[in-house]
Amino acid sequence: MTYVGRKSLRLITFTMICVLASLCSADEEFHINVKQLAGAKLRALPAIVAKFETSGERALPILRAMLEGALYYRKSDKRIVAAYRTETGDFRLDDLLEGIDLEVASKREIKKIVVNNRLRGQIRKIIARITLTSGDRFVRELAVDNMLNDLNKENLLLLRAARKKEKDDDILSKLNMAIAIDDLKHNESTQLRLDAIDIIDSSLQPIVVNTLNSLLVIDAEGMPIEKDEEVRERAMKAKESIELKISFYEVLQRIFYGLSLGSILLLIATGLAITFGVMGVINMAHGELIMLGAYTAYVVQLLLPNGIEYSILIAIPAAFAVSGLCGILIERYVIRYLRGRPLETLLATFGISLILQQTVRTIFSPLNRQVVSPTWLSGSLEINPVFALTYNRLYILAFAVLVLLCLQLVLKKTKLGLQVRAVSQNREMARAMGVRTERVDALTFGLGAGVAGVAGVALSQLTNVGPNLGQAYIVDSFMVVVFGGVGNLWGTMVGGFTLGVANKFLEPITGPVLANIFVLIFIILFIQKRPSGLFPQTGRAAE
Amino acid sequence: MIKHYRDEGRAEYFFQKNGRAFLIILFGVVIYASCCNLFIPDDSIFYVSTYTITLLGKYLCFALLALSVDVVWGYCGILSLGHGAFFALGGYTMGMYLMRQIGERGVYGHPVLPDFMVFLNWKELPWFWYGFDSFGFAMLMTLVVPSVLAFVFGWLAFRSRVTGVYLSIITQALTYALMLAFFRNEMGFGGNNGLTDFKDILGFDLQSDRTRVVLFCLSAIALAIAYLLSQLILQSRYGRVVVAIRDAEARTRSIGFKTENYKVSLFVYSAALAAIAGALYVPQVGIINPGEFSPLNSIEIVVWVSVGGRATLYGAVVGAILVNYAKTKFTAEFPDEWLYALGLLFVGTTIFLPKGLMGFFDVKKWRNQRRG
Amino acid sequence: MAKPKKRVKKDDMNIFKSPKIEQVRRAVSPLNYARNNSELAVDVSHNVILYVESLSVSFDGFKALDDLNLYINNGELRCLIGANGAGKTTLMDVITGKTHPDKGHIYFGQTIDLLGKTETEIAQLGIGRKFQKPTVFENQTVFSNLELAMRGDKGILHALFSKLRSEDLDWIKEVTGIIGLDSKENLLAGALSHGQKQWLEIGMLLIADPRLMLIDEPVAGMTASETERTAELLISLAGDRTVVVVEHDMDFVRSIARTVTVLHQGSVIAEGSMSDIQSNPAVVEVYLGEEQ
Repeated sequence: MTYVGRKSLRLITFTMICVLASLCSADEEFHINVKQLAGAKLRALPAIVAKFETSGERALPILRAMLEGALYYRKSDKRIVAAYRTETGDFRLDDLLEGIDLEVASKREIKKIVVNNRLRGQIRKIIARITLTSGDRFVRELAVDNMLNDLNKENLLLLRAARKKEKDDDILSKLNMAIAIDDLKHNESTQLRLDAIDIIDSSLQPIVVNTLNSLLVIDAEGMPIEKDEEVRERAMKAKESIELKISFYEVLQRIFYGLSLGSILLLIATGLAITFGVMGVINMAHGELIMLGAYTAYVVQLLLPNGIEYSILIAIPAAFAVSGLCGILIERYVIRYLRGRPLETLLATFGISLILQQTVRTIFSPLNRQVVSPTWLSGSLEINPVFALTYNRLYILAFAVLVLLCLQLVLKKTKLGLQVRAVSQNREMARAMGVRTERVDALTFGLGAGVAGVAGVALSQLTNVGPNLGQAYIVDSFMVVVFGGVGNLWGTMVGGFTLGVANKFLEPITGPVLANIFVLIFIILFIQKRPSGLFPQTGRAAE
Repeated sequence: MIKHYRDEGRAEYFFQKNGRAFLIILFGVVIYASCCNLFIPDDSIFYVSTYTITLLGKYLCFALLALSVDVVWGYCGILSLGHGAFFALGGYTMGMYLMRQIGERGVYGHPVLPDFMVFLNWKELPWFWYGFDSFGFAMLMTLVVPSVLAFVFGWLAFRSRVTGVYLSIITQALTYALMLAFFRNEMGFGGNNGLTDFKDILGFDLQSDRTRVVLFCLSAIALAIAYLLSQLILQSRYGRVVVAIRDAEARTRSIGFKTENYKVSLFVYSAALAAIAGALYVPQVGIINPGEFSPLNSIEIVVWVSVGGRATLYGAVVGAILVNYAKTKFTAEFPDEWLYALGLLFVGTTIFLPKGLMGFFDVKKWRNQRRG
Repeated sequence: MAKPKKRVKKDDMNIFKSPKIEQVRRAVSPLNYARNNSELAVDVSHNVILYVESLSVSFDGFKALDDLNLYINNGELRCLIGANGAGKTTLMDVITGKTHPDKGHIYFGQTIDLLGKTETEIAQLGIGRKFQKPTVFENQTVFSNLELAMRGDKGILHALFSKLRSEDLDWIKEVTGIIGLDSKENLLAGALSHGQKQWLEIGMLLIADPRLMLIDEPVAGMTASETERTAELLISLAGDRTVVVVEHDMDFVRSIARTVTVLHQGSVIAEGSMSDIQSNPAVVEVYLGEEQ
């Protein structure tokens, strides 16, 4: 090692130590500042709070809790905590400095750090400054989004300052937009205002629409409030183009919701399409098999409290097994004896559905249970302010199509599928050819039931799990099967998506209940024209 | 040659004979219970409480309802899972009349508007409430509204040859849709709470023993008339066509019958019976709410019929009374287990008693005769 | 009404042997039964009662009927033969309105277009059909089965309030006699043997007194003597009525046929007397060839 090398090493070590020391001291300083909050007079608070700004993002949790009025200190050790009232009336304590939960305390053990409006304003400003200069671009973007809703003078000064430093394009365009809105409202120069309109007219933010609307307001005497005609005209044009865009994206959004509803209907109807379409058995307990699947997801989650991220992946095969097994039992001990008597099958399976419901009610109580979504299923893919795709719906949509494809594969490519089709077309002949029809029946029904269970897992990600879960969708799903054409999985898919989208488009016009009724009437009328659904089976065999 | 009419087929022969026995038992019980309630002092062991009278009256309404389902299901093979809708509509028309009778005695004391409308801040009566202050008009609507619904629905469904389980599911969807609609406050039928707090009917206090007994007797008379009328209809050539449709609809069509006309007319008749049952039910229990539309209610009716034995009118009546008696007992003793019992009843009767209790006894009779 | 059992049995066996056959002929003659039905005015001035022209039906790309032409003369007894899938049953389905064709025409007489009419309307025009699989109303008596099938007003009100007229009763009694079920008229139809059900169904066809009878496999599942009786009945029916029979049993066809039409893959490949058909090389190749 050379001398120079040794020297530079020393230098580096020294710098590192210095930096660490300064960090430590910054940390220490922050802690001391926080400690001062306990028992401080309201008059003293602004000065203490002002010091937080130098501590950067570390101070955010404390500041936010303060803003919410949830900041307390414990009387026993003057520890600063965020406290939230629990159902029992006591307080759950959260040490914001060390990030640990403390034991529950009663109201007498803690004391609130009182803030007034002036202090709140100050805190907001500090939060805004800290977040706007944060190193994390998401924090910055969020800060800008928040400030868009509250464009006052001080915020604008902050935003203008931030614009000079900002490198990120997305955030920069938002900053520009905010400043343009301000220009448009308060600037005197017509040219500057027209330029401002040009800047904002590609945005779909609600505030942009509001700003433009406010320019076009007419006062009580019928005179426009905005005096500058050129600005008015340009604003009108911009508003129209934005509204057109918004309505376009709203249609897309509605289609997405419709497809999402359709995918749920499809998942449920796929199981029905097997038991009803292939075997000709009306299974009124189908909804309850779905419910069993959902409860399986719940139980798997209880068994794996630390595995929320992947418990749903385990729940899918588990639910398939539970519901499938249940289906096989139903077929084996009830439906088998009722072959060729569809109305009786309907009644008996309805009886089973009551028994299953009551069993679940006895075991899990009638209260709704919640299945927590893993993080990769929560949140949404935001394309613009009016059009966002939530991940859980997106995944379920893909999942429904996947399940359908798998089933189609099973029915078309496997030996079981061949036997199932053979039995459904000519039972006697299939038996004569050596197919064990009873076994095939049990397996087919089990398959349909298993798919119902899988549908239940998907539903558990969208709603709470309760004993009546299955019933809400079951009538609609039967409609899907009937509409698509019995015994045709593609028909089921088209039927499911069509009904889902139709429902969601009717809803804003008529309200959900009437939408349901209209869809029902539509199907009754549709059956008038096409008694065997969209994709009927034709030929003499169809009789 | 007229002989053909009288002893045509063993089944129908029994049907008549058992029918007569049924009417005798029905009126025997009704007269006994009424007298014991009205003329025997409370402390006697023979006294029948008004609570029992109301309970029996309720059973008789259910029996009439079961009869209406049996007419379409047992004889024509139309398994309606939505007959509760007609029952509830009948109940609502009666409820609307009773509501208007309350007048100024309501909580808010408004002379015209029922309480729930005052509560919702409505200023005037919706058009469809007009006329319901008149008993005659209300009773007319009891028959007209469900019949028109049944006609439109049946006409659409049967003309397009929706049969079997498809039809069952559509009827279920019908009652489900109506339930959702009636739950809404904007519908103007009291929303969630329905119609209740009735005071009197045609000036008679609904709480008095005498009114209760009269309502009970009226239920019995309605049941008897419906029973005899149904028997008459089903024994005519019309009835034979209906049974033919049940057994082989395509064949019936090919010998020249417009089967949809027969089905629609029978469906309408049945809906009207169900509506009458509903109208008699409401003043006795004192409330009607959208829960009556729930699909579970409709499907329970089917269980009554299937327990008793379908395609025998008395079977439906017996089934309705037995199952409801069991329900009363069960829900009092073990409220949670009733759904288990009901579920097992569904599975059990379909597998082990395909012809219901009456079929079970008939087979025995038939065997005895054979031996004898 | 109740006949001694022995005699009935004897009657059963010999009902079509002459001179009884004449008696049957008289019994089933439409003149015997008061028919005052204007619907029956079928224009047969060109002596053809059924025109089937360039008729095509396809199911999922499979051509069940392919440009089929067929003319049935008034009063004739025609047999349709052909291998499975030749389109015989489909043809009957189209004529009775059960299946709708892709193209083509069907006229009943000179004037009545059958396409676009419902099954019920076609039945009321006087076209009766016996299905391949016998379907009688199993839960009703033989008498009731026949009564329901009788020609007349089929409306609801009529069904509710009508009483049978004495001539109707006579007519029913006569038909039960013809089909050999006169001792069983109060039995439930479900209790009959397979052959008796076939007969009852023919009786139901007969009692409606149709102009055109389409009979699908009348002797399937019948014993030799029952088959013989059926043959005699069908022969006696032709003349006043037009009868079209679809049958696989070649001996039976041979015993009744005057004109035979051979269908193959949805169209007519030969028509003529049985001996003509048997010597027709095309028929021998596609149909009889398979049998030999």
